[in-house]
Amino acid sequence: MLTLDAKAPTGPIDQRWDRHKFDLKLVNPANKRKYTVIVVGTGLAGASAAATLSELGYRVLAYCFHDSPRRAHSIAAQGGINAAKNYQNDGDSVFRLFYDTIKGGDFRARESNVYRLAQVSVNIIDQCVAQGVPFAREYGGLLANRSFGGAQVSRTFYARGQTGQQLLLGAYQSLERQIAEGAVTMHPYTELLDVVVVDGRARGIVTRDLLTGAVGSVAADAVVLATGGYGNVFYLSTNARGSNATAIWRAYKRGAAFANPCFTQIHPTCIPVSGDFQSKLTLMSESLRNDGRVWVPLRAGDTRAPGAIAESERDYFLERKYPSFGNLAPRDIASRSAKEVCDEGRGVGPTGLGVYLDFADAIRRLGEATIRERYGNLFDMYQRITGENPYAVPMRIYPAVHYTMGGLWVDYNLMTTIPGLYAIGEANFSDHGANRLGASALMQGLADGYFVLPYTIGDYLAQTRSAPVDPETHPAFRAVEAEVTARLQRLVEIRGRRTVDSFHRELGTVMWDLCGMARSDAGLRLALERIPAIREAFWSDVAVPTAAVAGSGLNQELEKAGRVADFLELGELMCRDALHRTESCGGHFRVESQTPEGEALRDDAHFSYAAAWEYAGDGAPPVLHREPLQFEVVTPSQRSYK
Amino acid sequence: MDFTLHVWRQAGPAARGRFETYPARGISDHASFLEMLDIVNQGLIERGEDPIAFAHDCREGICGSCSLMIDGVAHGPMRGAAVCQVHMRSFTAGAEIRIEPWRAAAFPVVKDLVTDRRALDRIIQAGGFITERTGGARDANEILVPKTDADAAMDAAACIGCGACVAACPNASSTLFTAAKIAHLGLLPQGQPERDRRVLGMVAQMDLEHLGGCTLYGECQEACPKSISIDVISRMNRDYLRASVAEREERTVAGFG
Repeated sequence: MLTLDAKAPTGPIDQRWDRHKFDLKLVNPANKRKYTVIVVGTGLAGASAAATLSELGYRVLAYCFHDSPRRAHSIAAQGGINAAKNYQNDGDSVFRLFYDTIKGGDFRARESNVYRLAQVSVNIIDQCVAQGVPFAREYGGLLANRSFGGAQVSRTFYARGQTGQQLLLGAYQSLERQIAEGAVTMHPYTELLDVVVVDGRARGIVTRDLLTGAVGSVAADAVVLATGGYGNVFYLSTNARGSNATAIWRAYKRGAAFANPCFTQIHPTCIPVSGDFQSKLTLMSESLRNDGRVWVPLRAGDTRAPGAIAESERDYFLERKYPSFGNLAPRDIASRSAKEVCDEGRGVGPTGLGVYLDFADAIRRLGEATIRERYGNLFDMYQRITGENPYAVPMRIYPAVHYTMGGLWVDYNLMTTIPGLYAIGEANFSDHGANRLGASALMQGLADGYFVLPYTIGDYLAQTRSAPVDPETHPAFRAVEAEVTARLQRLVEIRGRRTVDSFHRELGTVMWDLCGMARSDAGLRLALERIPAIREAFWSDVAVPTAAVAGSGLNQELEKAGRVADFLELGELMCRDALHRTESCGGHFRVESQTPEGEALRDDAHFSYAAAWEYAGDGAPPVLHREPLQFEVVTPSQRSYK
Repeated sequence: MDFTLHVWRQAGPAARGRFETYPARGISDHASFLEMLDIVNQGLIERGEDPIAFAHDCREGICGSCSLMIDGVAHGPMRGAAVCQVHMRSFTAGAEIRIEPWRAAAFPVVKDLVTDRRALDRIIQAGGFITERTGGARDANEILVPKTDADAAMDAAACIGCGACVAACPNASSTLFTAAKIAHLGLLPQGQPERDRRVLGMVAQMDLEHLGGCTLYGECQEACPKSISIDVISRMNRDYLRASVAEREERTVAGFG
């Protein structure tokens, strides 16, 4: 039976992390090289952790499924990264960033973690600048900032519209430096297919070499999962096509609790779906809402061109409903508002599932040159995809799945419920509660990788004397490897008629319709009937080509099949979690729980906890554990952005 | 829209490749080029054939995975875009389209249209970084960077590491890739201490990877999905010359003649 010990320190909030760091056991510098740490995933969290652990002296084995660690999905983040630097002298502080993040997450995150995140945010900017990340500058040479949703200060640092890319390249370059020194062994083109637990501790992983198809085992003293989120369970999302939940799902099935799986973020500003061939959705950075105004026609069914609709016939619904935050209302609220006006028949574009994001006022006020300077690459991207010129006609946007706040449950040290198994970045559930604020994902990934895990993992290693294991002979490794091989074999032997994508699309439609922006008891129960049926069909009728007869072991359909098989299980857990949480909070909106104005209505008396699900075997319902959330510093209130 | 595709198929690194012809029918002009390939692949799988392998991930022009020669042009007909950003409205209905992998000795074919571009990582390993241990940085605003320098560094840093410059170059040279990183770091004050080591190391690694020399054809900047200018190459050459002279002087002083 699993127990949740958050190990969250007590005492004055601003001293907790410092005191905790002092209390952590240290590994003698000369002993560090005796420890091997596996890092799976090399996005912001994984690359920064692998580089930093290696600098400290640990032996690091790093894995990614791409050809290069530089391609991780962190690279797609556009808008920026938050830090409580208060360089703009607008009243920002560590406490304000902490408060905004707790409130933005609708009071469903652990106070100690979030405060620590806000504290180390300032170190991240220092670190990245020292590495040569080309953040935007003012003419005097100082760093520039901009505003983002859910905040009334300018604390977001950015590198044109490519902040994620530039931060990842900083971490990647540090990682490559360690690889060149022989301190990190990098395994690209390799995916994790299972986690190996020996005597209750994570001791290694089973991997598949994507080029040869060979399955193999690797042992270590600790395993770090930095494998990102599971937004692709919806099929259509802003996530890269390869982003998957296999690592965290395998860990869950080996005993790691999965927390708040239903907390998913729907991003308000994405390019609307244009047809059933669509393979992914493209996000338009939230920073656009600094200058763009969101509106729809006042009248339902108004199909006139936007330019023909007079000001008096437009509804700037975010400005109307949330005058103090206006177009910068947080993501969950902006998304839901867009859905509401479309449900009322006032959506725009060929499908009616879209709202305008209009820059005409900003262009009049600031000139086209300024807008081009601020958002040029985003405007170009929009034009490429839609064939429309956003300088002349308003953009059309609609919400899309973007981020998952849920993930593996971790304690304050970022360790899962399996000793020696850590989860960092989007793969864990730790800091964003029920809704993440813009520009905070990059912050959390780098906080975990550069400044938290490298300290906390030492505490575990210093206190753990693990006997060496040989993955080639140890029964636990042999057993897991055999299971992995059998599962791969089973997938190619089904020889069914339907493609992997067709099942994935079917699952995605169920998830989006029934576990998306609005969730209901009846809908979730329906989803819980449908998903197992899709899963059953998948395992009897999926067509997975065997690898080409000669030559390469590369088999992209087999890779996808394994991932979709895991999504088909995870989707069910998400619906189960969404069904049990009968309150609305953040991105989780239960239609049964809303205020008279239609805002999310929390139920703190019954749901002020993180829901951590424990796997109990296939076919058996998972066991719910509750980590109560204590608010000692901030008093939970009805979130208001009016 | 209907198209006829001539696609390079190659079972593995050691296998012989050949062009195969596939019809692509009923494609929406709003579909992206890769979505068109998805549709063709779904048909192949349903018929029990091996789908066409191609590298892709973000599908929004930033991860650098996608890498196709379309009718002999790296990333296809749209300037300043990766192939994942190309939509079928860029083609005329009924067109015959030839699709090949990157072709360069340094990028061996893994399968079909997928190539192994790890040579680019090894060039970064040879000096494409600033040595900065986590935790030791001073306050970010203590380093002032003139806006023009920061903007020029960002222009160079925009490289997505796709390898189109190599594929487009008649010499299969990766000089644009290498020079972009050298410019990005060399334009910033933080990059100065290692500026000489960086250029010497990275240029030497290019030779070890069997990448060709630069003779300034300029095809690379035409193919670059981020429109990186070959101005970075002259900057690299200046840095290289200066660093070579300085190195010779250091070696003389140190007694290595």
